[in-house]
Amino acid sequence: MERFFDKELEQLYRKLKDMAELVKNSIQNSIDSLKSKDQKLAQKVIDEDRFIDELEISIDEACLELIARRQPVAYDLRFITMVMKITTDLERIADLSVDIAQRVLELLDKPLLKPLIDIPKLSELAQRMVKSAIDSFINQDTHLAKEVCLSDDEVDKLRDLIQDELIYDYMVKDSSTVPRAIPLLLIARHLERICDHATNIAEDIIYMIQAKIVKHHREKLENNNDKK
Amino acid sequence: MSQYKINVTKLNLWYKDFQALKDINLSIKSNLITAIIGPSGCGKSTLLRTFNRMNDLIEGVRIKGEVLIDGENILDSKIDLLSLRKKVGMVFQRPNPFALSIFENIAFSLRIQGIKDKKKIETFVEKSLKSVFLWDELKDKLKSSALSLSLEQKQRLCIARTLVTMPEVILMDEPCSSLDPLATLKIEELLQYLKKDYTIVIVTHNMQQASRVSDETGFMLLGELIEFGPTKEIFTNPKDKRTEDYISGRFG
Repeated sequence: MERFFDKELEQLYRKLKDMAELVKNSIQNSIDSLKSKDQKLAQKVIDEDRFIDELEISIDEACLELIARRQPVAYDLRFITMVMKITTDLERIADLSVDIAQRVLELLDKPLLKPLIDIPKLSELAQRMVKSAIDSFINQDTHLAKEVCLSDDEVDKLRDLIQDELIYDYMVKDSSTVPRAIPLLLIARHLERICDHATNIAEDIIYMIQAKIVKHHREKLENNNDKK
Repeated sequence: MSQYKINVTKLNLWYKDFQALKDINLSIKSNLITAIIGPSGCGKSTLLRTFNRMNDLIEGVRIKGEVLIDGENILDSKIDLLSLRKKVGMVFQRPNPFALSIFENIAFSLRIQGIKDKKKIETFVEKSLKSVFLWDELKDKLKSSALSLSLEQKQRLCIARTLVTMPEVILMDEPCSSLDPLATLKIEELLQYLKKDYTIVIVTHNMQQASRVSDETGFMLLGELIEFGPTKEIFTNPKDKRTEDYISGRFG
């Protein structure tokens, strides 16, 4: 029997999908604006963040209303509560894209400190993780979600590499590079935080589907071979 | 003392040709509230009534299997039904006080147990009314008819009447179905106080009630116990799809 509640859950799912799409575009644009030093594109990321903020509020309100009116249980309950958590992470990812765009604006009138090699690698990884986290939600795919969680080590390594290079090869050796190195350092930090939020989303999706809490329990993630 | 008060093994029950319970295996823990949920006709009330042999009163009933309470098989024909029903009290769907005074509703139970000492009876009445939080409301009108009470007070009086026999298990068959939400909440609060001294088994149609009040929940369907476990698990992560469909309102 299809419930009217199912239609409401479907609407919630579509809203979250729309929000995820906007967030994906926001990261893409912020990274493209960095690569091409595109002021307009960076400004677009900043200006369009409000649409994501509005969607976050609208989704949270829809979730609260469904909890109050439908008293969901089991999968319905896990779905709604995880949607609330995922929107928070998506909104934070969008804010971090705005942070990257702001760093891009700061760097516009300065020559690049060095050719960008590892930052594009980290940004590609961040985009891939966010996309996979979102796809794992859309396709209810815990294997993909698990892959996202396990990418975290790679992110930390890349971030350390970028950090060490900027600090020891540039800032320590020549303090005049600091104004150009700091925004890059911050961008690496923002990208790393985006990956953390993607990991949070992936962990929430595993809980939503399997009711298994893998957050802070790496061993459960590594043993998580359930077919779902 | 075993943590289990009631152990049910391979319980089957027939009403003439109709099999109402099918191979039920279940262990109910002491001092917890256990809820039995399921759609109408699934056998949950039948199961509950097995625990104090109320089904014996129905013609054509046939039971196979074992129901142990404190290790004693209560389905044994030699069991003393009066002692069993004293140990396993029952509260019904509609409050059913006797057409007597509030005091006499409780004193009656004591008198049929052979207690005649007036002082003792007064003490027991006060104690049982206090344990259902009715004493302060009713201490000045104990001689009034119990039928003049509100539905919720009547139900609490019936619980007090059950408690005065000093049962160890309290069976509740839809105890709030005739009460409004506020009265329901009061009874549910009362259950939380009572569970430290009693093992409570409640049958309810109201899934929110089961999730609010119980520690463990069993889901029944067509005479079978489909799933049994901690309420938290049943309502957040049921293992059986039929349980999930029922508690989510997909059928039933």
